[in-house]
Amino acid sequence: MNDIKLGAAPPGVEGAGFFATSLDKVIGLARANSLWPLPFATSCCGIEFMATMGSDYDLARFGAERPSFSPRQSDMLLVMGTIAKKMAPVLKQVYVQMAEPRWVIAVGACATSGGIFDTYSVLQGIDEIIPVDVYVPGCPPRPEAILDGIMRLQDIVKNESLNRRNTPEYKALLEKYGIQTNNS
Amino acid sequence: MDKLDNNILLLRLQERFGEVIQNQDIPYGLLTLETDEEHIIEVLEFLKKDEELQFIYLTDITAVHYPEKELSIAVVYHLHSFVNNIRIRLKVYINGVNPEIPSATVLWKGANWMERETYDFFGIQFLGHPDLNRILNVDDMVAFPMRKEFPLEDPNRVDKKDYFFGR
Repeated sequence: MNDIKLGAAPPGVEGAGFFATSLDKVIGLARANSLWPLPFATSCCGIEFMATMGSDYDLARFGAERPSFSPRQSDMLLVMGTIAKKMAPVLKQVYVQMAEPRWVIAVGACATSGGIFDTYSVLQGIDEIIPVDVYVPGCPPRPEAILDGIMRLQDIVKNESLNRRNTPEYKALLEKYGIQTNNS
Repeated sequence: MDKLDNNILLLRLQERFGEVIQNQDIPYGLLTLETDEEHIIEVLEFLKKDEELQFIYLTDITAVHYPEKELSIAVVYHLHSFVNNIRIRLKVYINGVNPEIPSATVLWKGANWMERETYDFFGIQFLGHPDLNRILNVDDMVAFPMRKEFPLEDPNRVDKKDYFFGR
């Protein structure tokens, strides 16, 4: 059992009894390794996510031990499955209720682009109504693919600047989707 | 009394309504008749309340759009007589520009949602319906998606554009 790889420390200054690095990096590390997921599952991708949460694939290894079914205490919204246009306001409401910082993963073809449901009643990708950070391809994706998507999101979270959510660019992004922001 | 079959049923309807019943056909053993919007409620009421026929169950109300026909919307009623174990289909062709037909909610409360659905997808006005609004589609939809003039696909779809396929 000696081939266990420990996570790399962020770049910093190390000496006897101390280690100094930037606050951004420390917070990023903490956030990335405790992403509380909010599953928004409507169809078969949700079944794959159940396998991902289960003991075989064990999403908890990545610090996502606690699936939150309240948007207010979660960081990572996982949208899995076909989102009908009638469901769109509900999904948007869930996203708006999440506290900052919040991230979104679109799992599977339907959440990403509408998938095979190219029709008047289905949203052609959730990025029509909320900003998306990571897209996981597949129909449905295997649990490995969902895990890989979450690890790519961890990379984003680790490298996100602490100030990002207060920038005018971020505010403009949210306003593009018609979401009110309270930072000036 | 003989067991009620399509022929007896057709005779009963013809003797009661005569010329109002047209174009009778029996595709796949299901008696299919046409009538018009003035008489449809009368015909339905007769089928439901006649002591012998007893078509007490309204299976479905739906519609079909035939853009090439002059009367381009067909409203279709399916009835079922549990007592006689027989079904019947009634069609009413109405004009597609301003489709209007009396509501069957006066006979069956269950017609309420069926007519709302038919309105939702075809834009047919059911006169006398207590609450005719959309039931399945989003409320702010402007199209009646099952009518042929509205595209079935979503216009926002980007990954099926021709230039991705060299067309």
